[in-house]
Amino acid sequence: MRLKSLMLGACSLIAMAGFAQAETLTIATVNNGDMVRMQKLADDFKAKNPDIDLQWVVLEENVLRQRVTTDIATKGGQYDIMTIGTYEVPIWAKQGWLLPLDKLTADQSYDVDDLLPPIRSGLTYEDKLYAAPFYGESSFVMYRKDLFEQAGLTMPDAPTWDFVGEAARKLTDKSKEMYGICLRGKAGWGENMALLTAMSNSFGARWFDESWKPQFDQPEWKETLEYYVNLMKEAGPPGASSNGFNENLALFQTGKCAMWIDATVAASFVSDPKESQVADKVAFALAPDKGLGKRGNWLWAWTLAIPAGSQKTEAAEKFINWATSKDYLNLVASKDGWLNVPPGTRTSLYENQEYLKVAPFAKMTLDSINSADPTKPTVKPVPYVGVQFVAIPEFQGLGTAVGQQFSAALAGQVSVDQALQNAQQLSEREMMKGGYIK
Amino acid sequence: MARAITTRRKVTFTIIGWLVGFVIFFPILWTILTSFKTEGEAIASPPHFLFFDWTLQSYFDVQSRSNYFKHVMNSVVISFGSTLIGLAIAIPAAWAMAFSPTKRTKDVLMWMLSTKMLPPVGVLVPIYLLFRDWGLLDTRLGLVIVLTMINLPIIVWMLYTYFKEIPGEILEASRMDGASLAKEIIYVLTPMAVPGIASTLLLNIILAWNEAFWTLNLSAANAAPLTAFIASYSSPEGLFWAKLSAASTLAIAPILILGWFSQRQLVRGLTFGAVK
Repeated sequence: MRLKSLMLGACSLIAMAGFAQAETLTIATVNNGDMVRMQKLADDFKAKNPDIDLQWVVLEENVLRQRVTTDIATKGGQYDIMTIGTYEVPIWAKQGWLLPLDKLTADQSYDVDDLLPPIRSGLTYEDKLYAAPFYGESSFVMYRKDLFEQAGLTMPDAPTWDFVGEAARKLTDKSKEMYGICLRGKAGWGENMALLTAMSNSFGARWFDESWKPQFDQPEWKETLEYYVNLMKEAGPPGASSNGFNENLALFQTGKCAMWIDATVAASFVSDPKESQVADKVAFALAPDKGLGKRGNWLWAWTLAIPAGSQKTEAAEKFINWATSKDYLNLVASKDGWLNVPPGTRTSLYENQEYLKVAPFAKMTLDSINSADPTKPTVKPVPYVGVQFVAIPEFQGLGTAVGQQFSAALAGQVSVDQALQNAQQLSEREMMKGGYIK
Repeated sequence: MARAITTRRKVTFTIIGWLVGFVIFFPILWTILTSFKTEGEAIASPPHFLFFDWTLQSYFDVQSRSNYFKHVMNSVVISFGSTLIGLAIAIPAAWAMAFSPTKRTKDVLMWMLSTKMLPPVGVLVPIYLLFRDWGLLDTRLGLVIVLTMINLPIIVWMLYTYFKEIPGEILEASRMDGASLAKEIIYVLTPMAVPGIASTLLLNIILAWNEAFWTLNLSAANAAPLTAFIASYSSPEGLFWAKLSAASTLAIAPILILGWFSQRQLVRGLTFGAVK
């Protein structure tokens, strides 16, 4: 009898412990500065929600993408919150892999209308928000104002490609390892194709016409690629075909590039005197255009989303609310200063005088983001969503395959014509396989 | 005269040997050096070899962000566990193949090896689904099982070539003395094959320690070994070389020390074993 009551007591204790146990959220994220900071500041969330524990899985971007795609496609349920990009959100939402963030949008204090419209529209599918932006970025020109002054050049706020090309050639002095312009060349849909697709938009090119026929055989693409290859040959650094974001960042920070067109998030890196040798000599301008009404800037956001099938949706939504709220921006500012708040998600940040005081690139970032339209990325109409990518599942593979052709053209292994012809063939085959064209 | 040539030859070969060794070791050395640099110094061009401000900052950063020892424990459990279970299965299998071969033994060996010819990603989704249904995702047990399966062909092949070296007559003699099959394997065969088993053990621990595809894909937060720890320090936007190097140095340190102490057995295993 005694044994029985003892056992009963033990069982009820275990059951109570089960109830009292905190819910653990597993969050998959990338190793970017803003994400690492979020991890550090998560104690604030835990203090406000003592019944929720957090567990982090930080992975390199490509590993993370492969990992979360496998998990979500098989409904593995390993993660309660996933960090995904604007490329995945519309595709996954369409597949029914993500939960709509209804509570978040209904929450008055979250103020969903404060989210920057182009970013919000990229994360919305059938009028429902499927992911909350953690930080957003566009691309723009970072340049060395000291070198421009010495050469008697004045960078306009909104330059043209013709001016950029001319200035780059003038500022190049290869004997002193000084290069007029640094651009991405490393093959990959998120590497050189991010730049080239955004750039091609300003030249009036498009990936596909309205009936999904690939357009690499059109003159606009030829003009884009020829311009890029010639410019890089004459004014770019050696071995540019293997340069991505980090390689160009290193070149720019050590004073070897007069101009660099890349993600707006780079602005805080190149302006940081601890890391950059040219911190006080940098200025910013909008991405160049060709006078056709579209600029060569992209639009990207890292977002937090909840996979369908997650058992802890309520806690997950609470966390997303915390990490993407206005309060979170204030929290970062109070701990690490306004310069370090995750940019590019909320209109109110760009009206905040304290932020504007320390971030000279704020206005340019906002203008760049607002001038990108994922639904109308280029001059002619297109059947897809996405500025520097095409939001279809086939794009990861196809974008990288085309990127390899263009990288080879930059390295001089194939001609521009040949690279475009190969890209056209590759794309036609892929689109036929996917059933987009016959 | 003949002696002079021999000495010169010796010197030349020694220098070439050291040079080749240095070239092979250089990436690891560079990783270790980079881990003591600042992020800015890590990308300096031209790079500085030894004369830079040495700092432990990257190690502190890595320590403050990750639970290194949890990852080490996972790596130890997964690599030792999978290797020991693999050996327990492979020793009897290799015994059967070496001492009582049948007509199809060679085919079976080849078939086992053929499983290594399939790219792992080809079976990722089926294995992922099985693991999901069995509740093995993100568990050490799951990773032990999958790594055992993956390394089993190599273990069997290595042990088979080792056992082939042992004269069958000795085993016959033990049988004449009335030893049962289990006793024959445990008391006669295993002690004679200890060097071979040891080198197989070491090589497989290293292979399992460095395995990055399955360990990354089947783990999340709880069972993630050192491969996941390294993968968390690469970044597409921002400088990370010094921190990544520090993480890599921490990840390879235990296995490098193990390899250093057991290099004699390892070399013997490689030259007498599967690649003979």
